[in-house]
Amino acid sequence: MSTLDSKIPDGPIKDKWTNHKNHINVVNPANKRSIDIIVVGSGLAGGAAAASLAELGYNVKCFCFQDSPRRAHSIAAQGGINAAKNYQNDGDSTYRLFYDTVKGGDYRAREANVYRLAEVSANIIDQCVAQGVPFAREYGGLLDNRSFGGVLVSRTFYAKGQTGQQLLLGAYSAMSRQINKGKIKMYNRHEMLELVLVNGEARGIIARNLITGELERHPAHAVVLGTGGYGNVFYLSTNAMGSNVTAAWRAHRKGAYFANPCYTQIHPTCIPRSGDYQSKLTLMSESLRNDGRIWVPRKIEDVEAIRSKKIKPRDIKEEDRDYYLERRYPAFGNLVPRDVASRAAKERCDAGYGVNETGEAVYLDFASAIMRYGREKANTSHIENPSDEVVRALGEKVVEAKYGNLFQMYEKITDDNPYKTPMMIYPAVHYTMGGLWVDYNLMTTIPGCFAAGEANFSDHGANRLGASALMQGLADGYFVLPYTIGDFLSKDIRTGKISTDLPEFEAAEKETKARLDALINNKGTKSVDHFHKQLGKVMWDKVGMARNETGLKEAISEIRKIREEFHKDVFVPGTTNSFNPELEKATRVADFLELGELFACDALNRSESCGGHFREESQTPEGEALRDDENFAFVSAWEWTGDPGTANLHREDLAFKDIELKQRSYK
Amino acid sequence: MNLTLKIWRQKDAKAAGAIETYQVSEISEHMSFLEMMDVLNERLITEGKDPVAFDHDCREGICGMCSMYINGEPHGPDRGVTTCQLHMRKFKDGDTIHIEPWRAQAFPIIKDLVVDRTAFDRIIQAGGYVSVNTSGNSQDANAIPIPKEDADNAFDAATCIGCGACVAACKNSSAMLFVSAKVSQLALLPQGQVERKDRVLNMVDQMDAEGFGNCSNTGACEIECPKGISLENIARMNREFISASISKG
Amino acid sequence: MSSQNKALGSSIARKFAMALSGLFLLIFLLQHLIINFTSVISADMFNAASHFMGTNALVQFALQPVLAFGVFFHLIMGMVLEMKNRSSRPIKYAYSKPEESSTWMSRNMIITGIMVMLFLGLHFYDFWLPELKTKFIDGVWNIDNRYFHELQEKFMDPVRVGIYVLAFIFLALHLMHGFQSAFQSVGFRHNKYTPIIKKVSTIYAIVVPAGFIFIAMFHFLAH
Repeated sequence: MSTLDSKIPDGPIKDKWTNHKNHINVVNPANKRSIDIIVVGSGLAGGAAAASLAELGYNVKCFCFQDSPRRAHSIAAQGGINAAKNYQNDGDSTYRLFYDTVKGGDYRAREANVYRLAEVSANIIDQCVAQGVPFAREYGGLLDNRSFGGVLVSRTFYAKGQTGQQLLLGAYSAMSRQINKGKIKMYNRHEMLELVLVNGEARGIIARNLITGELERHPAHAVVLGTGGYGNVFYLSTNAMGSNVTAAWRAHRKGAYFANPCYTQIHPTCIPRSGDYQSKLTLMSESLRNDGRIWVPRKIEDVEAIRSKKIKPRDIKEEDRDYYLERRYPAFGNLVPRDVASRAAKERCDAGYGVNETGEAVYLDFASAIMRYGREKANTSHIENPSDEVVRALGEKVVEAKYGNLFQMYEKITDDNPYKTPMMIYPAVHYTMGGLWVDYNLMTTIPGCFAAGEANFSDHGANRLGASALMQGLADGYFVLPYTIGDFLSKDIRTGKISTDLPEFEAAEKETKARLDALINNKGTKSVDHFHKQLGKVMWDKVGMARNETGLKEAISEIRKIREEFHKDVFVPGTTNSFNPELEKATRVADFLELGELFACDALNRSESCGGHFREESQTPEGEALRDDENFAFVSAWEWTGDPGTANLHREDLAFKDIELKQRSYK
Repeated sequence: MNLTLKIWRQKDAKAAGAIETYQVSEISEHMSFLEMMDVLNERLITEGKDPVAFDHDCREGICGMCSMYINGEPHGPDRGVTTCQLHMRKFKDGDTIHIEPWRAQAFPIIKDLVVDRTAFDRIIQAGGYVSVNTSGNSQDANAIPIPKEDADNAFDAATCIGCGACVAACKNSSAMLFVSAKVSQLALLPQGQVERKDRVLNMVDQMDAEGFGNCSNTGACEIECPKGISLENIARMNREFISASISKG
Repeated sequence: MSSQNKALGSSIARKFAMALSGLFLLIFLLQHLIINFTSVISADMFNAASHFMGTNALVQFALQPVLAFGVFFHLIMGMVLEMKNRSSRPIKYAYSKPEESSTWMSRNMIITGIMVMLFLGLHFYDFWLPELKTKFIDGVWNIDNRYFHELQEKFMDPVRVGIYVLAFIFLALHLMHGFQSAFQSVGFRHNKYTPIIKKVSTIYAIVVPAGFIFIAMFHFLAH
């Protein structure tokens, strides 16, 4: 195992970023005009990067597979975005956000990156407000905050349950402005299928025009991947149907190391699965845990009565309910970090207390919040001795104002009214902390290939705190990459246009075409989804919320088998040179089938538990995750060798100089 | 339940399309509409036939990608939902379901139920933004207090997901609700004031150039909008446009 | 040159003009009703009012041309808008349920509008052309008691009265949407006042055409 150079600047942590910015190379404005940058992905990271780079003067080409850059999956983030603004005067600071993030990530993130993230977080809010993002406000006209899991301050800015949408539309509007100026050329319905390296540097991509099926060569002096996470390797996740690993995986196969693939966030509050036909899972914002209390029945006979619909959840008496998060974690209660909340739900359901037919659901109950808010409201409206009905009605109004759209969404999906009966929730795959390994400059191990947002591994360690994904995506795109990319490109001011006639482009296009042809000409018997579901089941059962050595070894061999089967027996209808959604799926699933194996290998290799990665062999007597800092305080960065099973491990040792390394406790 | 589907099939932009009839069986009432379409497609694939192309992505009602005209209404018979949030419990065993793409001059068909909505992007590009650089050095976010009511109204307008149901629902294929939502959002916020006049003029200009029809104030867009964007926005845009036209000469 | 620099180049400006002309016609219609209604009360009063309107120079040479232009403009602009609207959806839906989200009146302004315009043709033939003949060909300007009689004569024919009644039903349907829609088109919408406008709109759309129908029926039955 070799070690990796993360290029962390010297000096005290609070000065690193400023010093670094002061000393890196910059490209003068005239020269920027002769430099081309490709940005793949138009979400918060990609969209923000594309807009910022174009403003600086670079010629940007941006690619997204959706029909518009506004549809990137960042749009689905609900709860909010963190920033160390300390508007609530509750003791928040850059250091505290930094500390919370490193601790929340179970001490598996790179300190310097996290500090920088905390440092620029305040600028994000300023920036977004200037763009016209309609954040929630208080009656005094100032910005409102809410609190989120894993922290003790209120630092989350939000726009009802649609924060991701509003932030993405902010980035989209900044992009639109540059598209209008001709500084960004937007390629909608285009998918990157290969990274092109010239002399070992990223110099372009092969993209497929999804409407015509045509393969296109796009040259550039640098390539930025803002392509999101790979949660869809589980088939069922809260990711969009199209979210995929292909761009990152192609870069990995060309030499970019893939870091910590096994770090997956399982979000505790999703709508439970209802049947085998299910195509995706829907998240209910973590913000609901601010007011909702999570419980299961204390008595197994009540569970059975509920499942057979003999009694309703409201019939169960208060003393017969097990508010297991409040019981186990009195300090944080329902606001423990996501990994802890998810595992606790699994623990109860595994013990047989799951409350729906599949036994995979717990209650999220708003009854007490409704009554609490109702009484407050009655007080402020000077209603004397209100009846319970009046209080409930008043409380429902307050809850509706806070979470109305989420409640409505829940009701549309489940046909249950969450004001009257508790919601049912269960954990689901939501976010992947792992991703392409990047140095402090967000450059992968391929010179000129950068990764931003969820696509890289850098800031969340082994578990991400709520409302931090939006923060990281925008920080990378607006405030980090625009500086650090200049350092790399400063050597390219005399390079001139990259020719697409180079043999490297020729070869990459040929190879891509062969890959597509093979899928179309395979003429097997089973659909792409068939294999994707199989992969997902193995991943969820054996590489999901709890992992052990035996299971992981089985998973590795099973995934290999599914992959071989896939290439032998998959049937992809249609042609390569037409609009063909099945072919798109096939190329993505082919890559997931390789990633899945690496994922399991990484999980097997890391025999400690940390954050979202829980190895049953490594737990405290109370069943909490037990880290092994002696042997595993490092980042696993995997090098492609031609087969995911034999990937080469490189490690980046993590040094904790500003935060004491200690066992995480939310008790 | 068992259903008969009458679906618009069209090979590509140039081909002539036609309605084709399919049967699907054993559909659960808990399925989403798109999951029902998945079942149909899975079967078509195993039969070696071309599956029905349709746009979809997030499947939780926020990306705005899904776009089906179901039983004579955009996003189907339910209110306040996108196609992906429509559930089969809204239908009965034995029903016939008609499925067509959005129909508008400005939304040409790409294949089957997939249409090209880049006209919306071009309208936003014409001015649907605040021209600030993404430097992060703008003033502090709390420097200008914004009355909660304005912020809330701006937010309500900003929740538009750009799905195009308004255009699909409108008898004139008018894009007024979409355009007015963005114009309203920025007109209501102090940050949007500097470019207020040019914005509305340029965006309306682009809207007209894309070939959308006029607004007849039928209100169908508001009712069919999955996000409940209000007609109030159209009135506001009319005001904004008229006053900008007058003062700009 | 961008379209907003051309008068009535943009969709919103056209709708604005459509609304203004519509609102203007609404005022005219009310005035017309009031004068007609005098015929129910007293023949003399009606004759006096009609004579004033028919001979007053301001009415004849300022207001009347404006009115004619208003009607003509409303008609032509309605056609222009309709053509654009039709071309915006070259392929219609095979199966559509517009009634789920909008009223018949709002969707069929062109039909109700054309019906009213056709009626206007008859109306001109009945009253306006004879007026022109009397005034400009026969040169008769000073008989001030002929109007009531002419009115009575027209409403003796049951077919004509039937057409009048039908036309005013179309007008009611047209107004039902048009009145309140005009306010939206000029950008007037307010949480407090819009519901009032909608009520007034409905009342106007029923009462005014009903008034005309009543007058026609009154004379038909009274003679």
